[in-house]
Amino acid sequence: MAAKTKSKATAEYSDAPINQSLTDEDKIEMLRKMVRIRRFEQTSLKHYQGDKIGGFLHLYIGQESVAVGSISLLGDNDHVITAYRDHGHALSVGMNMNECMAELFGKATGCSKGKGGSMHYFAPDKNYWGGHGIVGGQTPLGAGLAFALKYKGLKGCCLCYLGDGAINQGAFHEALNLAALWDLPVIYIIENNGYSMGTSQARSSAHPEEGLAARAKGYNMAWNKIEGVSLYEIRAGVSEAVERAHNESKPTIIEIMTYRHKGHSVADANAEKYRTKEEIQRYIEEHDPINFWKKTLLEEGVITEDDYKKINREAGDEANAAAEFAEKSPFPDESEIFDDIYWEVDNNTEAGRTGRHFFHK
Amino acid sequence: MPREITYREALREGLDEELAHDENVVIIGEEVAEYNGAYKVTEGLWKKWGDKRIIDAPISEAGFIGMGIGASMLGVRPVMELMFYSFAYVAFDQMMNNAATCRYMSGGLTNCPIVVRGPANGGTNVGATHSHTPENIFANMPGLKVVSPSDPYDVKGLIKSAIRDNDPVYFMESTVLYGMSGEVPSNDELDDGELIIPLGKAKVKKEGTDITLIAHGRAVVTSLLAAEILAEKYDINAEVLDLRSIRPLDENAIMESVRKTHRAIYIEENKPFCGVGAQISSMIMEQAFDDLDAPVLRITSADAPAFYSPPIEKLQLPTAEEIVERALTIC
Repeated sequence: MAAKTKSKATAEYSDAPINQSLTDEDKIEMLRKMVRIRRFEQTSLKHYQGDKIGGFLHLYIGQESVAVGSISLLGDNDHVITAYRDHGHALSVGMNMNECMAELFGKATGCSKGKGGSMHYFAPDKNYWGGHGIVGGQTPLGAGLAFALKYKGLKGCCLCYLGDGAINQGAFHEALNLAALWDLPVIYIIENNGYSMGTSQARSSAHPEEGLAARAKGYNMAWNKIEGVSLYEIRAGVSEAVERAHNESKPTIIEIMTYRHKGHSVADANAEKYRTKEEIQRYIEEHDPINFWKKTLLEEGVITEDDYKKINREAGDEANAAAEFAEKSPFPDESEIFDDIYWEVDNNTEAGRTGRHFFHK
Repeated sequence: MPREITYREALREGLDEELAHDENVVIIGEEVAEYNGAYKVTEGLWKKWGDKRIIDAPISEAGFIGMGIGASMLGVRPVMELMFYSFAYVAFDQMMNNAATCRYMSGGLTNCPIVVRGPANGGTNVGATHSHTPENIFANMPGLKVVSPSDPYDVKGLIKSAIRDNDPVYFMESTVLYGMSGEVPSNDELDDGELIIPLGKAKVKKEGTDITLIAHGRAVVTSLLAAEILAEKYDINAEVLDLRSIRPLDENAIMESVRKTHRAIYIEENKPFCGVGAQISSMIMEQAFDDLDAPVLRITSADAPAFYSPPIEKLQLPTAEEIVERALTIC
């Protein structure tokens, strides 16, 4: 699907009730969110290369529509959990750039006080439960968040994101079975960027012809496959699953076709070897969700080119300010090492004061 | 005449009381509901509490334990049964990464009030895959708590504390102990109206002056037998100290006892390499070296996978005779 003209499919999805209810402000806000994610990550890449950031950095560039579109549908009792490519989801739920950038810099002002890093952002106050480093490890947790909602009688759901590489983990299949067996309101969103690190989908996953999500059929579960370049299509597809979760307490698997412009992580030296340069270029030019949405909003007369420039500039300024904030923030104090391990110790309860909890020295 | 019930009944009573105490407590595991528990620990609870509170899980440890961890982050208090603690290895990523480290990696924004309980013992001729004793492995991981009760009184008081604890507690029982009877007062006999035993408090099971036998789980029972033999045959007055909880650890009780008796042996059904006794003996050496009159000894299971053949497996586990023999070398 090229972005050159407004396709029939796009028109169809823009007519979906969930999209008809969007105001111009809502549409601009989604554009702003995607641009903010991109500027945040471009800035983080610069500082990674400048040795300000350690460890891994898995960039979401090219996939922004997935998090922004799906999370735009959520309400107070809806929850989010994801894997290690988590910056986009974090900014989508409303975490701010300062705390996210400072976390990358390993600073005390980071969202996890510098203890989690790029892969482990958390914001429970925004119903955001991480940020998980082990491929597929978050998928049973997503079922658990949904279990808790159902147990407490709350009308909500859990969006649990995973990559296409994670679908071959055993824990994911165990979680699917539980979700279907116990009617848990969890929605597994497979962000299919085509590559399980450096291994293409064709070389890593056996699946029905219709796609990866069609594995759901084996669990008698609803599923859907969505082209991820358009926010309209994502919102239309995911909202059906959210309705199913809210009204029937049933799970869904959704596969969203997307593409990461960068490597698996910044350390992925082969990012341009297992994919052709032409392929990468084609996706950047024709399937970039930000360009696509910008064009859609220009066509609709919702924004002007100047509006877009302003959004872009503001997001860049915000990201630079976040990097400055991160740079100026202090590193965590050494005394922090033994905080945040046991709740009872941190809260100085009777249980936390009874017996020895730590054994260093 | 004080009330006597079995370890299994005491454990069930503790679970039942916590189900009543907090509506967020839910029991999930293989065969815990309609089947009444593979070892009958949960017998009758499904009938009493129904489908919402007592849930049969498919054979899917990584899935349902991970699910429990996720649910606990949102305030449910799952008590997960592992039919055998050996099956924890199937759920290892969930138990080691997700339960133990999410709090840290979120800078303290999350916590996982989950209990994972089940029998962790050898000696029942079920082969190596069903005979693991992973208390040392889990106690190695900061963020986790590990409890190993040795008698009916303790198992009731400790399970109640474990469920009320706001951190993940891995609660390791023994199929050999399930049928053991012991005194457990009923609630109306207790001043507080219920039996709660804090984690991190060891208990002197028998006072002594000549040597300290330190143990956890069923090895406490073996140590008490050894102490009787030592007293009767050799006029050696052994003290028996039951750790009850391995992490948090009652270090003071250990040092206090060693400073009194000047000799110590750690007895466990765990394997020797990096076992619980290795940690404890190192701590004694560092903190009470001058009080020792002999090296600290360790008695463990044989350093081999569990042997199926019944008479041979018996030889793999610590016995009272072995404890006596080793004690005589340092007394």
